[in-house]
Amino acid sequence: MALWKPDPSFYPSPKMAMQAPPERHAYVAALNYGRNDQPDAICVVDLDESSDSYGTVLNKMDLPHVGDELHHFGWNACSSALCPFAPHPHLERRYLVVPGIRSSRLYIIDTKPDPTNPQITKVIEPEEVMAKSGYSRPHTVHCGPDAIYVSAMGTASGEDGPGGIFMLDHFSFEVKGPWEIDRGDQELAYDFWWHLAEDVLVSSEWAKPHQFENGLVPEDLLANKYGHRLHFWDLRKRKLAQTIDLGAEHQMVLELRPAHDPRKSYGFAGVVISTEDLSASIWVWHQKDGKWQMEKVITIPPVPVKEEQLPPALKPFAAVPPLVSDIDLSLDDRFLYVSCWGTGELLQYDVSDPFNPKLSGKVAIGGVVNKKAHPKSDSPLLGGPQMVEISRDGKRVYFTNSLYSSWDDQFYPDKMGGWMVKVNVDPDGGIALDPDFFVDFGETRVHQIRLEGGDASTDSFCYPS
Amino acid sequence: MLGPLGPWLAMLGFGAFHGLNPGMGWLFALSLGLQQQRERVIWLSLIPIAAGHALAIGLAALLVLLGLQFISLSVLQWLTAGLLLLFGLYKLFNYYRHPRWVGMKVGFGDLFLWSFLMATAHGAGLMVIPALMGVTGAGMDHSGHAGHVSAAGMDMVLAVGLHTAAMLLVMGATAWVVYRKFGLTILRQHWINFDLIWAFALLAAAGIAAWMAW
Repeated sequence: MALWKPDPSFYPSPKMAMQAPPERHAYVAALNYGRNDQPDAICVVDLDESSDSYGTVLNKMDLPHVGDELHHFGWNACSSALCPFAPHPHLERRYLVVPGIRSSRLYIIDTKPDPTNPQITKVIEPEEVMAKSGYSRPHTVHCGPDAIYVSAMGTASGEDGPGGIFMLDHFSFEVKGPWEIDRGDQELAYDFWWHLAEDVLVSSEWAKPHQFENGLVPEDLLANKYGHRLHFWDLRKRKLAQTIDLGAEHQMVLELRPAHDPRKSYGFAGVVISTEDLSASIWVWHQKDGKWQMEKVITIPPVPVKEEQLPPALKPFAAVPPLVSDIDLSLDDRFLYVSCWGTGELLQYDVSDPFNPKLSGKVAIGGVVNKKAHPKSDSPLLGGPQMVEISRDGKRVYFTNSLYSSWDDQFYPDKMGGWMVKVNVDPDGGIALDPDFFVDFGETRVHQIRLEGGDASTDSFCYPS
Repeated sequence: MLGPLGPWLAMLGFGAFHGLNPGMGWLFALSLGLQQQRERVIWLSLIPIAAGHALAIGLAALLVLLGLQFISLSVLQWLTAGLLLLFGLYKLFNYYRHPRWVGMKVGFGDLFLWSFLMATAHGAGLMVIPALMGVTGAGMDHSGHAGHVSAAGMDMVLAVGLHTAAMLLVMGATAWVVYRKFGLTILRQHWINFDLIWAFALLAAAGIAAWMAW
């Protein structure tokens, strides 16, 4: 049915989006790959503090296939639908676009009429995804002003050749084809996002499928063969404009968080590990004299520990690397949250001045060595802060503990299960675990979280705050 | 309909209607001004947008004049009614589709092109053809006389000019009211489904063309 007024979850500016009502539930990617013969699922978690079922799984929607390996996913439409050059404000934020990163299958999941009981409305089989897009292993999903953009880690034919981005039609969910017209020497793919007001798309580098599907390949890591570059694209011409190499030792440039305010043209990128000193780092990109530049603004050092406390993969190093696997920026561009999956900490930085971040808060949970418990969990916890999501008003932060099936088993070999927790944010800076919110998914692992109505890593805005 | 004034009023009315549509320009101009933090940018941007729109309408006028050289007015009216009906029905079911354009960093040339593209692809020119035929039709029924052609040409230029002036005025007034008084919140509350209304406007124009031809 056509909408007469714009979808109420679309906001012209990030500042207006911060006035949005609190989210009442979350969609969480749950995966069983390689653990049992269960399919993956989308779980709906109750976030409504006034509800009797607060902090529990309301519904679990099982997928019809086994072995998809859910990872990241996104909404079909968001605030970018208000962008003035091709507005379609009467689209609905209604469908979740959910890729299986291992199967290359795409699910379109309808969250209406009952948002707590989503249903599959369309399945795009791997053969079709690969034939039409030229890519495999779909990853990040972003609702663009003109289409749905999806990054993909591999090519359709096999493991050689570049990963990249393809587009889905906003309305029919047809795979429209690869996005790039001229990719230059870009080869590795992972995350991407954009500065819509600048006509710029930014993309990062993780690895080729054979470097992650069966686990981290230590020889490749020590040989600096994982990604260490950032690419800046002309969004209009779909052409690579500039590449910045962070240095070969900065292995795995993952999440990209551009400032939400369209007047700001800077953003943050997280690097998982340095092969020189095992540290993780956060970098800022910004423009100077028409050229993009990057500077390292945060370095997080490893924590030395005794060898016997470490899993086999880490024994040679006698230290736990922080392993920054996800970062997320609040809608007011003030706080950057950094997941240290190895050391088991979520760090909050005040990035009001992006070049001088100040550590403003932290919570500890899980971790390779500490395995720190939650007030509500009855035993030590495996895994650590991983996929982070921030509420639109910036007052609540949620995160899960799984990175990627085969990597979980390397770093947390003692049968890691899945859990999700919540952090309350002090408006002046500072964070604390919500002692009443601990969702235990048992053996099933959980990855990305999407909040009702949007969150801090979904919507992009064309009007300044 | 309203005697000889009817088609002229229709050209003005359609101009105001096109100007009010957020997808036709005022919103783009407003966002550019906000982004660059210069109010002047809003008003200056409206000029190339209006010019691009005028070109699209002008081409429609040219098509009418050319068409009348080869076919009779009533055939052209039926043809227009048929085209409008088909396009209106298409838009009714695809009202949300826009021509592909990704770009916020635009100069005046881009805005001109963008506006022409939007007006053409959404059938802004097609929509006003019945009114254009009304403006010029009476004197052009039997093609031939050079004097008639040039007089009709002048009428067309005037009609396109009036339409564009009305559009520019409404775009400017809307952008001003939103910028000065209501702010962007108005987009959330009062941005009615213009794309759907547009489809109905095309169908209404088809009806008018058919009524004129009857």
